[in-house]
Amino acid sequence: MEIMGLPLIYYGAMILKVLLAFVFVLLTVAYATYAERKIIGHMQVRVGPNRVGPMGLLQPIADGIKLFFKEEIIPSEASKFAFLLAPLVALIPAFISFAVIPFGDVIEIAGYKIPLQIAAFADNAGTVFDLNIGVLYILAMASLGVYGIVLAGWSSNSKYSLLGGLRSSAQMISYELAAGLAIVCVFMVSQSLSLHAIVADQAGLFGWYLFRNPFTFLAGIIFFICSLAEINRTPFDLPEAETELVSGFCTEYSSMKYAMFFMAEYANMVTVCAVTTTLFLGGWQGPLPSVLNFIAKVYFLMFVCMWIRATYPRYRYDQLMKLGWKVFLPSTLFLIVGNAIWITLFK
Amino acid sequence: MAATLFYILATVMVIATILAITGRHPVHAIVYLVTSFFALAGIFYLLLAPLVAMFEVIIYAGAVMVLFMFVIMMLDLGHPERGGRPALGQWLPALLLGATVLATISYAAAGFAGDKLPAMLPGVKEFAVTLFSRYGVAIEVISLQLLFAVVGALYLGRRR
Repeated sequence: MEIMGLPLIYYGAMILKVLLAFVFVLLTVAYATYAERKIIGHMQVRVGPNRVGPMGLLQPIADGIKLFFKEEIIPSEASKFAFLLAPLVALIPAFISFAVIPFGDVIEIAGYKIPLQIAAFADNAGTVFDLNIGVLYILAMASLGVYGIVLAGWSSNSKYSLLGGLRSSAQMISYELAAGLAIVCVFMVSQSLSLHAIVADQAGLFGWYLFRNPFTFLAGIIFFICSLAEINRTPFDLPEAETELVSGFCTEYSSMKYAMFFMAEYANMVTVCAVTTTLFLGGWQGPLPSVLNFIAKVYFLMFVCMWIRATYPRYRYDQLMKLGWKVFLPSTLFLIVGNAIWITLFK
Repeated sequence: MAATLFYILATVMVIATILAITGRHPVHAIVYLVTSFFALAGIFYLLLAPLVAMFEVIIYAGAVMVLFMFVIMMLDLGHPERGGRPALGQWLPALLLGATVLATISYAAAGFAGDKLPAMLPGVKEFAVTLFSRYGVAIEVISLQLLFAVVGALYLGRRR
Protein backbone atom coordinates (compact mmCIF):
# COMPACT_ATOMS: atom_id res chain seq x y z
CA MET A 1 0.00 0.00 0.00
CA GLU A 2 1.26 3.47 -0.82
CA ILE A 3 0.28 7.04 0.01
CA MET A 4 1.67 9.80 -2.20
CA GLY A 5 4.24 7.44 -3.74
CA LEU A 6 5.70 6.20 -0.45
CA PRO A 7 5.07 2.84 1.24
CA LEU A 8 2.90 2.90 4.35
CA ILE A 9 5.78 1.81 6.61
CA TYR A 10 7.40 5.24 6.17
CA TYR A 11 4.36 6.93 7.69
CA GLY A 12 4.22 4.43 10.55
CA ALA A 13 7.93 4.98 11.21
CA MET A 14 7.40 8.75 11.08
CA ILE A 15 4.68 8.65 13.75
CA LEU A 16 6.78 6.30 15.90
CA LYS A 17 9.78 8.64 15.63
CA VAL A 18 7.66 11.63 16.66
CA LEU A 19 6.36 9.74 19.72
CA LEU A 20 9.85 8.54 20.66
CA ALA A 21 11.40 12.01 20.42
CA PHE A 22 8.49 13.56 22.34
CA VAL A 23 8.65 11.01 25.16
CA PHE A 24 12.45 11.36 25.29
CA VAL A 25 12.27 15.14 25.65
CA LEU A 26 9.45 15.00 28.23
CA LEU A 27 11.24 12.42 30.39
CA THR A 28 14.52 14.32 30.11
CA VAL A 29 12.74 17.52 31.12
CA ALA A 30 11.18 15.85 34.17
CA TYR A 31 14.45 14.33 35.33
CA ALA A 32 16.55 17.37 34.40
CA THR A 33 14.77 19.24 37.21
CA TYR A 34 15.75 16.46 39.61
CA ALA A 35 19.30 16.22 38.22
CA GLU A 36 19.77 19.97 38.47
CA ARG A 37 18.73 20.08 42.13
CA LYS A 38 20.87 17.03 42.94
CA ILE A 39 23.96 18.26 41.06
CA ILE A 40 23.83 21.80 42.38
CA GLY A 41 23.14 20.34 45.81
CA HIS A 42 26.32 18.26 45.72
CA MET A 43 28.34 21.15 44.29
CA GLN A 44 27.26 23.26 47.25
CA VAL A 45 27.90 20.39 49.70
CA ARG A 46 24.20 19.74 50.31
CA VAL A 47 22.26 16.55 49.68
CA GLY A 48 19.46 17.79 47.43
CA PRO A 49 16.01 16.12 47.25
CA ASN A 50 16.20 12.73 49.02
CA ARG A 51 12.79 12.13 50.64
CA VAL A 52 10.38 11.05 47.86
CA GLY A 53 11.26 7.53 46.74
CA PRO A 54 14.77 6.01 46.78
CA MET A 55 17.38 8.84 46.59
CA GLY A 56 14.50 11.23 45.90
CA LEU A 57 13.94 9.73 42.44
CA LEU A 58 10.17 10.26 42.52
CA GLN A 59 10.57 13.98 43.29
CA PRO A 60 9.71 15.21 39.72
CA ILE A 61 6.45 13.22 39.80
CA ALA A 62 5.53 14.61 43.22
CA ASP A 63 6.30 18.13 41.97
CA GLY A 64 4.14 17.56 38.89
CA ILE A 65 1.15 16.40 40.95
CA LYS A 66 1.59 19.32 43.33
CA LEU A 67 1.58 21.84 40.47
CA PHE A 68 -1.53 20.21 38.96
CA PHE A 69 -3.57 20.75 42.12
CA LYS A 70 -2.43 24.30 42.83
CA GLU A 71 -5.02 27.05 42.64
CA GLU A 72 -5.26 28.69 39.25
CA ILE A 73 -5.12 32.48 39.44
CA ILE A 74 -5.63 34.93 36.57
CA PRO A 75 -5.05 38.57 37.59
CA SER A 76 -8.26 40.58 37.18
CA GLU A 77 -6.60 43.32 35.12
CA ALA A 78 -4.71 40.87 32.91
CA SER A 79 -5.37 40.54 29.20
CA LYS A 80 -6.90 37.07 29.31
CA PHE A 81 -6.33 36.14 25.67
CA ALA A 82 -2.59 36.79 25.78
CA PHE A 83 -2.26 35.52 29.35
CA LEU A 84 -3.61 32.09 28.41
CA LEU A 85 -1.75 31.98 25.09
CA ALA A 86 1.71 32.82 26.47
CA PRO A 87 2.62 29.51 28.20
CA LEU A 88 1.67 27.56 25.07
CA VAL A 89 3.69 29.85 22.82
CA ALA A 90 6.67 29.39 25.14
CA LEU A 91 6.38 25.59 25.24
CA ILE A 92 5.68 24.61 21.62
CA PRO A 93 8.76 26.06 19.83
CA ALA A 94 10.94 24.27 22.38
CA PHE A 95 9.60 20.92 21.19
CA ILE A 96 9.22 21.32 17.43
CA SER A 97 12.91 21.97 16.78
CA PHE A 98 13.39 18.25 17.36
CA ALA A 99 11.66 17.56 14.03
CA VAL A 100 14.89 18.13 12.10
CA ILE A 101 17.56 16.97 14.56
CA PRO A 102 19.08 13.61 13.54
CA PHE A 103 19.29 11.49 16.71
CA GLY A 104 20.67 8.33 15.11
CA ASP A 105 22.01 6.59 12.02
CA VAL A 106 19.89 4.92 9.32
CA ILE A 107 18.39 1.66 10.61
CA GLU A 108 16.84 -1.18 8.61
CA ILE A 109 13.37 -2.55 9.39
CA ALA A 110 11.84 -5.29 7.16
CA GLY A 111 14.02 -4.31 4.21
CA TYR A 112 13.17 -0.62 4.47
CA LYS A 113 15.82 1.91 5.47
CA ILE A 114 14.58 4.31 8.16
CA PRO A 115 16.74 7.29 9.19
CA LEU A 116 16.44 8.23 12.87
CA GLN A 117 15.45 11.81 12.15
CA ILE A 118 11.80 12.86 12.14
CA ALA A 119 11.61 14.99 8.98
CA ALA A 120 13.56 12.62 6.73
CA PHE A 121 13.28 9.43 4.73
CA ALA A 122 15.76 7.18 2.95
CA ASP A 123 15.56 5.29 -0.33
CA ASN A 124 16.54 1.62 -0.62
CA ALA A 125 20.18 2.49 -1.30
CA GLY A 126 20.30 4.23 2.09
CA THR A 127 20.56 7.79 0.73
CA VAL A 128 18.86 10.11 3.21
CA PHE A 129 16.62 12.95 2.07
CA ASP A 130 15.91 15.46 4.81
CA LEU A 131 14.84 19.09 4.97
CA ASN A 132 17.64 20.79 3.00
CA ILE A 133 17.47 23.89 5.21
CA GLY A 134 17.28 22.17 8.60
CA VAL A 135 19.56 24.68 10.30
CA LEU A 136 17.40 27.60 9.19
CA TYR A 137 14.35 25.76 10.56
CA ILE A 138 16.04 25.57 13.96
CA LEU A 139 16.92 29.27 13.85
CA ALA A 140 13.32 30.09 12.90
CA MET A 141 11.87 28.11 15.79
CA ALA A 142 14.40 29.56 18.23
CA SER A 143 13.36 33.08 17.22
CA LEU A 144 9.75 32.32 18.21
CA GLY A 145 10.46 31.40 21.82
CA VAL A 146 10.63 35.08 22.72
CA TYR A 147 6.89 35.58 22.09
CA GLY A 148 5.92 33.38 25.02
CA ILE A 149 7.95 35.42 27.47
CA VAL A 150 7.07 38.82 26.00
CA LEU A 151 3.34 38.03 25.90
CA ALA A 152 3.46 36.70 29.46
CA GLY A 153 5.30 39.79 30.64
CA TRP A 154 2.96 42.20 28.94
CA SER A 155 -0.38 40.48 29.64
CA SER A 156 0.22 39.99 33.37
CA ASN A 157 -0.19 43.75 33.85
CA SER A 158 2.48 43.91 36.53
CA LYS A 159 5.64 46.01 36.46
CA TYR A 160 7.97 43.17 37.38
CA SER A 161 6.55 41.00 34.61
CA LEU A 162 6.77 43.82 32.09
CA LEU A 163 10.40 44.51 32.99
CA GLY A 164 11.16 40.80 32.66
CA GLY A 165 9.47 40.70 29.26
CA LEU A 166 11.36 43.78 28.05
CA ARG A 167 14.71 42.43 29.18
CA SER A 168 13.97 39.11 27.59
CA SER A 169 13.05 40.50 24.17
CA ALA A 170 16.13 42.75 24.06
CA GLN A 171 18.38 39.91 25.20
CA MET A 172 17.04 37.35 22.75
CA ILE A 173 17.22 39.69 19.74
CA SER A 174 20.83 40.57 20.60
CA TYR A 175 22.12 37.05 21.10
CA GLU A 176 20.23 35.51 18.17
CA LEU A 177 22.51 37.51 15.87
CA ALA A 178 25.78 36.23 17.32
CA ALA A 179 24.45 32.66 17.49
CA GLY A 180 23.35 32.83 13.84
CA LEU A 181 26.73 34.19 12.74
CA ALA A 182 28.54 31.46 14.69
CA ILE A 183 26.52 28.88 12.73
CA VAL A 184 27.78 30.46 9.48
CA CYS A 185 31.22 29.00 10.34
CA VAL A 186 29.58 25.55 10.30
CA PHE A 187 28.01 26.15 6.87
CA MET A 188 31.38 27.20 5.49
CA VAL A 189 32.93 23.86 6.47
CA SER A 190 29.92 21.61 5.76
CA GLN A 191 28.85 23.26 2.46
CA SER A 192 25.32 22.23 3.32
CA LEU A 193 22.38 23.32 5.46
CA SER A 194 20.96 19.84 5.84
CA LEU A 195 21.52 18.48 9.35
CA HIS A 196 21.94 14.94 8.07
CA ALA A 197 24.79 16.05 5.79
CA ILE A 198 26.35 18.05 8.62
CA VAL A 199 26.41 15.03 10.95
CA ALA A 200 27.57 12.65 8.19
CA ASP A 201 30.54 14.99 7.56
CA GLN A 202 31.75 14.76 11.19
CA ALA A 203 33.01 11.16 11.44
CA GLY A 204 35.84 10.57 13.93
CA LEU A 205 36.88 12.80 16.84
CA PHE A 206 38.88 15.21 14.66
CA GLY A 207 36.02 15.29 12.19
CA TRP A 208 33.86 17.08 14.78
CA TYR A 209 33.40 20.67 13.70
CA LEU A 210 34.51 21.78 17.16
CA PHE A 211 37.99 20.38 16.43
CA ARG A 212 38.12 21.10 12.68
CA ASN A 213 40.09 24.33 13.00
CA PRO A 214 40.68 27.03 15.62
CA PHE A 215 37.92 29.22 14.22
CA THR A 216 35.17 26.61 14.35
CA PHE A 217 36.35 25.77 17.89
CA LEU A 218 35.76 29.35 19.02
CA ALA A 219 32.52 29.52 17.01
CA GLY A 220 31.27 26.42 18.83
CA ILE A 221 31.96 27.93 22.23
CA ILE A 222 30.39 31.28 21.29
CA PHE A 223 27.34 29.47 19.89
CA PHE A 224 26.85 27.55 23.13
CA ILE A 225 27.17 30.69 25.27
CA CYS A 226 24.78 32.65 23.04
CA SER A 227 22.33 29.77 23.18
CA LEU A 228 22.42 29.90 26.97
CA ALA A 229 21.55 33.58 26.69
CA GLU A 230 18.73 32.87 24.25
CA ILE A 231 17.07 30.35 26.55
CA ASN A 232 17.60 32.57 29.62
CA ARG A 233 19.80 30.18 31.54
CA THR A 234 22.20 31.34 34.24
CA PRO A 235 24.33 33.51 33.97
CA PHE A 236 21.89 35.22 31.58
CA ASP A 237 18.65 34.60 33.51
CA LEU A 238 17.78 38.29 33.79
CA PRO A 239 14.14 37.96 32.63
CA GLU A 240 13.27 36.02 35.77
CA ALA A 241 15.91 37.30 38.19
CA GLU A 242 14.23 36.14 41.43
CA THR A 243 16.02 38.56 43.69
CA GLU A 244 15.20 41.79 41.85
CA LEU A 245 12.16 41.02 39.67
CA VAL A 246 10.51 38.37 41.89
CA SER A 247 10.84 35.86 39.02
CA GLY A 248 10.00 38.39 36.30
CA PHE A 249 7.73 37.38 33.46
CA CYS A 250 6.10 34.51 35.38
CA THR A 251 5.39 36.39 38.63
CA GLU A 252 1.62 36.27 38.07
CA TYR A 253 1.47 32.70 36.81
CA SER A 254 0.38 29.79 38.95
CA SER A 255 -0.47 26.10 38.75
CA MET A 256 -0.08 24.33 35.37
CA LYS A 257 0.56 27.55 33.46
CA TYR A 258 3.61 28.19 35.61
CA ALA A 259 4.61 24.55 35.16
CA MET A 260 4.48 25.04 31.39
CA PHE A 261 7.00 27.89 31.57
CA PHE A 262 9.16 25.72 33.76
CA MET A 263 8.92 22.84 31.27
CA ALA A 264 9.66 25.23 28.39
CA GLU A 265 12.86 26.34 30.10
CA TYR A 266 14.12 22.78 30.45
CA ALA A 267 12.85 21.66 27.03
CA ASN A 268 14.75 24.61 25.55
CA MET A 269 17.83 23.43 27.37
CA VAL A 270 17.47 19.94 25.87
CA THR A 271 16.95 21.43 22.40
CA VAL A 272 19.93 23.78 22.63
CA CYS A 273 22.18 20.96 23.82
CA ALA A 274 20.90 18.72 21.00
CA VAL A 275 21.54 21.45 18.41
CA THR A 276 25.05 22.10 19.74
CA THR A 277 25.73 18.36 19.67
CA THR A 278 24.53 18.11 16.08
CA LEU A 279 26.40 21.15 14.79
CA PHE A 280 29.68 20.94 16.68
CA LEU A 281 30.05 17.62 18.53
CA GLY A 282 29.45 15.18 15.68
CA GLY A 283 25.78 14.38 16.43
CA TRP A 284 25.30 10.61 16.67
CA GLN A 285 28.84 9.78 15.47
CA GLY A 286 30.95 7.90 18.03
CA PRO A 287 31.96 4.51 19.45
CA LEU A 288 28.59 3.50 20.97
CA PRO A 289 25.37 2.63 19.03
CA SER A 290 24.34 5.86 17.30
CA VAL A 291 21.39 6.90 19.49
CA LEU A 292 23.37 6.36 22.70
CA ASN A 293 26.23 8.56 21.42
CA PHE A 294 23.74 11.34 20.78
CA ILE A 295 22.08 11.00 24.19
CA ALA A 296 25.44 10.85 26.00
CA LYS A 297 26.64 14.08 24.33
CA VAL A 298 23.35 15.88 25.00
CA TYR A 299 23.39 14.86 28.67
CA PHE A 300 27.01 15.94 29.02
CA LEU A 301 26.15 19.41 27.68
CA MET A 302 23.15 19.60 30.02
CA PHE A 303 25.49 18.79 32.88
CA VAL A 304 27.69 21.68 31.72
CA CYS A 305 24.64 24.00 31.81
CA MET A 306 23.93 22.99 35.42
CA TRP A 307 27.59 23.32 36.32
CA ILE A 308 27.60 26.87 34.94
CA ARG A 309 24.48 27.65 36.97
CA ALA A 310 26.17 26.48 40.15
CA THR A 311 29.34 28.46 39.37
CA TYR A 312 28.57 31.89 37.94
CA PRO A 313 26.59 34.84 39.30
CA ARG A 314 24.08 36.67 37.08
CA TYR A 315 25.21 39.36 34.63
CA ARG A 316 24.05 42.92 35.07
CA TYR A 317 21.79 44.16 32.26
CA ASP A 318 24.30 46.61 30.74
CA GLN A 319 27.10 44.03 30.99
CA LEU A 320 24.90 41.56 29.14
CA MET A 321 24.21 44.00 26.31
CA LYS A 322 27.88 44.99 26.09
CA LEU A 323 28.93 41.34 25.94
CA GLY A 324 26.44 40.58 23.17
CA TRP A 325 27.01 43.58 20.92
CA LYS A 326 30.60 44.57 21.62
CA VAL A 327 32.27 41.20 22.21
CA PHE A 328 30.34 38.34 20.60
CA LEU A 329 29.06 40.07 17.47
CA PRO A 330 32.45 41.46 16.30
CA SER A 331 34.27 38.28 17.27
CA THR A 332 31.87 36.06 15.27
CA LEU A 333 32.39 38.34 12.24
CA PHE A 334 36.14 37.99 12.73
CA LEU A 335 35.74 34.20 13.01
CA ILE A 336 33.87 34.05 9.70
CA VAL A 337 36.70 35.91 7.92
CA GLY A 338 39.37 33.81 9.67
CA ASN A 339 37.54 30.59 8.86
CA ALA A 340 37.30 31.58 5.20
CA ILE A 341 41.06 32.23 5.04
CA TRP A 342 41.83 28.95 6.83
CA ILE A 343 39.58 26.91 4.52
CA THR A 344 41.12 28.48 1.41
CA LEU A 345 44.68 27.92 2.66
CA PHE A 346 44.33 24.32 3.95
CA LYS A 347 41.87 22.85 1.52
CA MET B 1 -3.69 16.17 0.21
CA ALA B 2 -1.66 19.25 -0.74
CA ALA B 3 -4.81 21.01 -1.94
CA THR B 4 -6.62 20.32 1.36
CA LEU B 5 -3.66 21.65 3.34
CA PHE B 6 -3.56 24.72 1.10
CA TYR B 7 -7.22 25.54 1.75
CA ILE B 8 -6.84 25.05 5.51
CA LEU B 9 -3.76 27.30 5.60
CA ALA B 10 -5.37 29.87 3.32
CA THR B 11 -8.48 30.03 5.54
CA VAL B 12 -6.36 30.45 8.67
CA MET B 13 -4.36 33.17 6.94
CA VAL B 14 -7.37 35.16 5.73
CA ILE B 15 -9.19 34.95 9.08
CA ALA B 16 -6.07 35.87 11.06
CA THR B 17 -5.34 38.81 8.77
CA ILE B 18 -8.91 40.12 9.05
CA LEU B 19 -8.71 39.83 12.84
CA ALA B 20 -5.35 41.64 12.79
CA ILE B 21 -6.89 44.53 10.85
CA THR B 22 -10.13 44.80 12.83
CA GLY B 23 -8.71 44.03 16.29
CA ARG B 24 -8.45 47.16 18.43
CA HIS B 25 -5.61 46.06 20.63
CA PRO B 26 -2.17 46.34 18.98
CA VAL B 27 -0.69 43.38 20.89
CA HIS B 28 -3.56 41.10 19.87
CA ALA B 29 -3.17 42.36 16.30
CA ILE B 30 0.48 41.34 16.39
CA VAL B 31 -0.40 37.85 17.58
CA TYR B 32 -2.91 37.47 14.73
CA LEU B 33 -0.42 38.81 12.21
CA VAL B 34 2.21 36.31 13.36
CA THR B 35 -0.38 33.53 12.95
CA SER B 36 -1.01 34.79 9.43
CA PHE B 37 2.73 34.78 8.64
CA PHE B 38 2.93 31.20 9.86
CA ALA B 39 0.13 30.07 7.58
CA LEU B 40 1.83 31.91 4.72
CA ALA B 41 5.09 30.09 5.48
CA GLY B 42 3.15 26.82 5.32
CA ILE B 43 1.80 27.78 1.88
CA PHE B 44 5.31 28.60 0.64
CA TYR B 45 6.42 25.20 1.86
CA LEU B 46 3.58 23.53 -0.04
CA LEU B 47 4.78 25.37 -3.16
CA LEU B 48 8.15 23.57 -2.68
CA ALA B 49 9.92 26.73 -1.54
CA PRO B 50 11.14 25.78 1.98
CA LEU B 51 13.80 28.50 1.92
CA VAL B 52 11.23 31.26 1.41
CA ALA B 53 9.05 29.66 4.09
CA MET B 54 11.90 29.82 6.61
CA PHE B 55 12.78 33.41 5.66
CA GLU B 56 9.14 34.33 6.26
CA VAL B 57 9.30 32.90 9.79
CA ILE B 58 12.84 34.09 10.68
CA ILE B 59 12.54 37.63 9.33
CA TYR B 60 8.88 38.57 9.64
CA ALA B 61 7.52 36.44 12.47
CA GLY B 62 10.79 36.16 14.39
CA ALA B 63 12.41 39.57 14.01
CA VAL B 64 10.16 42.34 12.64
CA MET B 65 7.12 41.51 14.77
CA VAL B 66 9.24 41.07 17.90
CA LEU B 67 10.52 44.61 17.38
CA PHE B 68 6.92 45.85 16.95
CA MET B 69 6.01 44.11 20.19
CA PHE B 70 9.02 45.65 21.92
CA VAL B 71 8.02 49.16 20.82
CA ILE B 72 4.36 48.68 21.81
CA MET B 73 5.39 47.46 25.26
CA MET B 74 7.65 50.49 25.71
CA LEU B 75 4.89 52.93 24.70
CA ASP B 76 2.42 52.00 27.48
CA LEU B 77 -0.77 52.58 25.50
CA GLY B 78 -3.21 52.20 28.39
CA HIS B 79 -6.56 50.89 27.12
CA PRO B 80 -6.69 51.33 23.35
CA GLU B 81 -9.54 48.80 23.13
CA ARG B 82 -11.87 51.33 24.81
CA GLY B 83 -11.32 53.94 22.09
CA GLY B 84 -13.69 54.52 19.15
CA ARG B 85 -13.48 52.87 15.76
CA PRO B 86 -11.45 54.72 13.11
CA ALA B 87 -13.55 56.85 10.76
CA LEU B 88 -13.92 56.14 7.04
CA GLY B 89 -11.45 58.92 6.24
CA GLN B 90 -8.77 57.06 8.18
CA TRP B 91 -9.54 53.82 6.38
CA LEU B 92 -9.43 55.34 2.91
CA PRO B 93 -5.63 55.57 2.34
CA ALA B 94 -5.16 51.97 3.54
CA LEU B 95 -7.98 50.77 1.27
CA LEU B 96 -6.46 52.61 -1.70
CA LEU B 97 -3.03 51.10 -1.07
CA GLY B 98 -4.53 47.64 -0.59
CA ALA B 99 -6.50 47.89 -3.83
CA THR B 100 -3.39 49.02 -5.73
CA VAL B 101 -1.32 46.11 -4.43
CA LEU B 102 -4.10 43.61 -5.17
CA ALA B 103 -4.51 44.97 -8.72
CA THR B 104 -0.75 44.81 -9.37
CA ILE B 105 -0.48 41.22 -8.13
CA SER B 106 -3.56 40.13 -10.09
CA TYR B 107 -2.13 41.73 -13.23
CA ALA B 108 1.23 40.01 -12.72
CA ALA B 109 -0.40 36.65 -11.91
CA ALA B 110 -2.66 36.80 -14.98
CA GLY B 111 0.38 37.07 -17.25
CA PHE B 112 2.14 34.15 -15.60
CA ALA B 113 1.74 30.68 -17.10
CA GLY B 114 2.01 27.79 -14.64
CA ASP B 115 4.08 25.64 -16.98
CA LYS B 116 6.94 28.13 -16.86
CA LEU B 117 7.93 26.89 -13.37
CA PRO B 118 11.53 25.58 -13.40
CA ALA B 119 11.86 21.80 -13.56
CA MET B 120 14.54 21.70 -10.86
CA LEU B 121 13.96 23.21 -7.45
CA PRO B 122 16.44 25.97 -6.69
CA GLY B 123 18.42 25.16 -3.57
CA VAL B 124 20.12 27.53 -1.18
CA LYS B 125 23.28 27.59 -3.30
CA GLU B 126 21.52 28.51 -6.55
CA PHE B 127 19.51 31.13 -4.70
CA ALA B 128 22.66 32.69 -3.24
CA VAL B 129 24.56 32.62 -6.55
CA THR B 130 21.70 34.38 -8.36
CA LEU B 131 21.25 36.88 -5.56
CA PHE B 132 24.90 37.88 -5.30
CA SER B 133 25.83 37.77 -8.99
CA ARG B 134 22.86 39.02 -10.99
CA TYR B 135 21.54 41.29 -8.23
CA GLY B 136 24.93 41.96 -6.62
CA VAL B 137 24.89 45.74 -7.13
CA ALA B 138 21.38 46.07 -5.76
CA ILE B 139 22.37 44.08 -2.66
CA GLU B 140 25.35 46.36 -2.08
CA VAL B 141 23.17 49.47 -2.42
CA ILE B 142 20.64 48.07 0.05
CA SER B 143 23.37 47.15 2.54
CA LEU B 144 24.80 50.67 2.31
CA GLN B 145 21.34 52.04 3.00
CA LEU B 146 21.08 49.81 6.06
CA LEU B 147 24.48 51.08 7.22
CA PHE B 148 23.24 54.68 6.92
CA ALA B 149 20.17 53.74 8.95
CA VAL B 150 22.34 52.18 11.67
CA VAL B 151 24.58 55.25 11.83
CA GLY B 152 21.48 57.46 11.96
CA ALA B 153 20.00 55.39 14.79
CA LEU B 154 23.28 55.61 16.71
CA TYR B 155 23.32 59.38 16.26
CA LEU B 156 19.74 59.74 17.50
CA GLY B 157 20.29 57.42 20.43
CA ARG B 158 23.60 58.81 21.66
CA ARG B 159 23.90 60.22 25.17
CA ARG B 160 24.02 63.97 25.25
